[in-house]
Amino acid sequence: MSAMKLTASVIAIAAVSATAAMARDNLQVAGSSTVLPYATIVAEAFGENFDFPTPVVEGGGSGAGRKKLCEGVGENTIDIANSSSRIKQSDIDLCKTNGVEEIMEVRFGYDGIVFASDIAGPDFALTPADVFGALGATVAKDGALVANAAKTWADVNATLPAQDILAFIPGTKHGTREVFDVKLLEEGCKATGAYDLFLAASTGADDDAKKEEAVDNCLKVRTDGASVDIDGDYTETLSRIAANKNAVGVFGLSFYQNNTDKLKVATIDGIVPTTETIAAGDYPVSRPLFFYVKKAHIGVIPGLKEYIEFFVSDDMAGPDGPLAAYGLVSDPELAATQAAVAAETPMAPLK
Amino acid sequence: MTDATLHGGHAAPRSLLATDARTRRRKAAETRFRLYGLTAVGLGLVALVFLMWSILGNGMGAFRQTYFEIPVELSEATLDKSGTRDPAVMKKVTTVGYGKILQKALEAELAARNIDTGTMKAKDVMGLLSKEAPADLRNMVLADPALVGQTITFEAFATSRVDGYFKGRVTMESAARDSNISPEQLAVAQKMADAGLITTQFNLGFLSMPDASELRPEAAGLGVAILGSAYMMFIVLLLALPIGVATSIYLEELAPKNKWTDMIEVNIANLAAVPSIVYGILALALFINFMGLPQSAPIVGGLVLTLMTLPTIIIATRAALKAVPPSIRDAALGVGASKMQAIFHHVLPLAMPGILTGTILGLARALGESAPLLLIGMVAFVKDFPAAPPEGLMQPATALPVQVYQWTQRSDPAFVERASGAIIVLLAFLLIMNAVAIILRRRFERRW
Repeated sequence: MSAMKLTASVIAIAAVSATAAMARDNLQVAGSSTVLPYATIVAEAFGENFDFPTPVVEGGGSGAGRKKLCEGVGENTIDIANSSSRIKQSDIDLCKTNGVEEIMEVRFGYDGIVFASDIAGPDFALTPADVFGALGATVAKDGALVANAAKTWADVNATLPAQDILAFIPGTKHGTREVFDVKLLEEGCKATGAYDLFLAASTGADDDAKKEEAVDNCLKVRTDGASVDIDGDYTETLSRIAANKNAVGVFGLSFYQNNTDKLKVATIDGIVPTTETIAAGDYPVSRPLFFYVKKAHIGVIPGLKEYIEFFVSDDMAGPDGPLAAYGLVSDPELAATQAAVAAETPMAPLK
Repeated sequence: MTDATLHGGHAAPRSLLATDARTRRRKAAETRFRLYGLTAVGLGLVALVFLMWSILGNGMGAFRQTYFEIPVELSEATLDKSGTRDPAVMKKVTTVGYGKILQKALEAELAARNIDTGTMKAKDVMGLLSKEAPADLRNMVLADPALVGQTITFEAFATSRVDGYFKGRVTMESAARDSNISPEQLAVAQKMADAGLITTQFNLGFLSMPDASELRPEAAGLGVAILGSAYMMFIVLLLALPIGVATSIYLEELAPKNKWTDMIEVNIANLAAVPSIVYGILALALFINFMGLPQSAPIVGGLVLTLMTLPTIIIATRAALKAVPPSIRDAALGVGASKMQAIFHHVLPLAMPGILTGTILGLARALGESAPLLLIGMVAFVKDFPAAPPEGLMQPATALPVQVYQWTQRSDPAFVERASGAIIVLLAFLLIMNAVAIILRRRFERRW
């Protein structure tokens, strides 16, 4: 049958060209969905203005991206992992096991995390203590630990609107959740005195274990429906708020800035989140954004060095660049990053 | 019945004309059952209408696009200082340089038409144009360096908010709260529209252009996704059809009936029900990690979808072969044909309509599949078009359902329109494929 012969030859051609086409000429980037929009903006401009093909940028999450980076060295592994949280020792160990010895850490800016509610709703002026008081599973009341029974925001703090508590917070797989936990729940837990009560009630073996247990207790959120984990993207949180006008949601600053006609942002400690207040360090809930580069691929994959230099250049990541226009808080120490990238300095061991 | 009346003896005589209570109950039960059925169909229809209404309502806008038509002077002094018209030299002028030319042209045109921009800064005026426009202009000039020195009429994309304003998605009220556009900017855009500088046209770019970053949703198109899907379907058709048909013919016509073939049969039926993400995991391990095929490439996507479609095609083909009456085979064998001649000259041609229908339905399922592509790097931002096959099969591409998934995740509301538009395109492809399947069946199917 000629169809059979045709198939056989197609498979043969495919197999041959597979080995021939091994040389990859486009960059492969994967990781954090928070960094994804920034990376695509840079990739697009890079492809437009350089003679290299446009890099291929994947999402998938910070942890997944770092794991892919550490899969090994070679053209079938990615070159850059985007990450909205710092690399972990376990990632570095995995990298070492797979022969990825040198990694460059590049911090290119900061991202704010904001509370926002429906545009037609009341204003919210929150503090970490309010957030913990409204969403923590166990809170301090009159010097004792009690299960959280607050129904409305006004129950938590009389100056807040008398609106039922309903918050959409990022699910535990998100890098954003980590910042939410540390900067809001833990801070609020300490501010309301619940942390000390947890510490006193803790049954850990030594001081460190006790502290760890107290922090764990601080990070437990209510399970009675007042706090809802969103495992999807910010677009899901937005549509949930559209359907539920009483709700408050957690967003990235850039997402809020693209949807200011639908969302009203809450202040934290009286500070309105903007790129300026975050850059100045006034707005408390922010985090650095990174990407990690496999050094062994520099000089092997064409355009890698040029791409990372272009990414951290003032034209891109600077305060007037397109990334800032999209919502990136540019790094005040960008010049140091540029120098480190130019010198291809690998990252020092984690402390 | 007869027994009951005989032995019971006390049943009242029934009339055929007057309905008794039991008949009425039975009739009522039947009416109720019909109503249940109607309700089920009605619910389905309502869901379908709602789906179509929301998708068409959101997505039709993606097929129209607002453009600025402005005369642009391509001055030699900025674009080609050397005067050689050599594209290699002219490449040094980046999109920033072209942006300035556009800005100058826009300001000049506004002044010429006496359109007052009020207190707006030059940056805000430029903010009406898409950030894609300078790149477009640059590509145009580099493709045809002879344009330098001339004044051309350039069609620049309007930014997504201005585009939304003319489509009714953005209003003056929402613009007042929007950090990306101001009512003043919209007022200027309105004046420009009144002066005839703005046109809304069919957006061919939506089907032909590649994806774009979040800063320029107006320039995002399905080009790479459609091409990627086409490459994958090509691979699936080329591999799954012959392998599937060969397998079916062997199992149905030639294989002995024993434990082994039974086991293979059960496995094929089970594989047809395996969730598609499982095939993605297999592909990552087998094609990328073991065989070393490149990531994000249509060849890997095509191979995964082939594996996924094979069971469907095999089952459909076997059913089609089974439907050919044994008398055809017997007659062929009876006049001295070999078994293979009987199959290829008589059975297979008669089973062909059924096989093709099954194949097309399998392809349609593969076309709409995104989960297995997630793990092989095809859910990615890909801006460059892959080359023509065979090299193109190794270069990065995306697929239609993947593009929908990606656009729904983006923060700019204009991408909601794009995502719905992409769904419409995907549905249109699926409708066409299913229609072809139905036509083939109707025209060529034979009944015995």
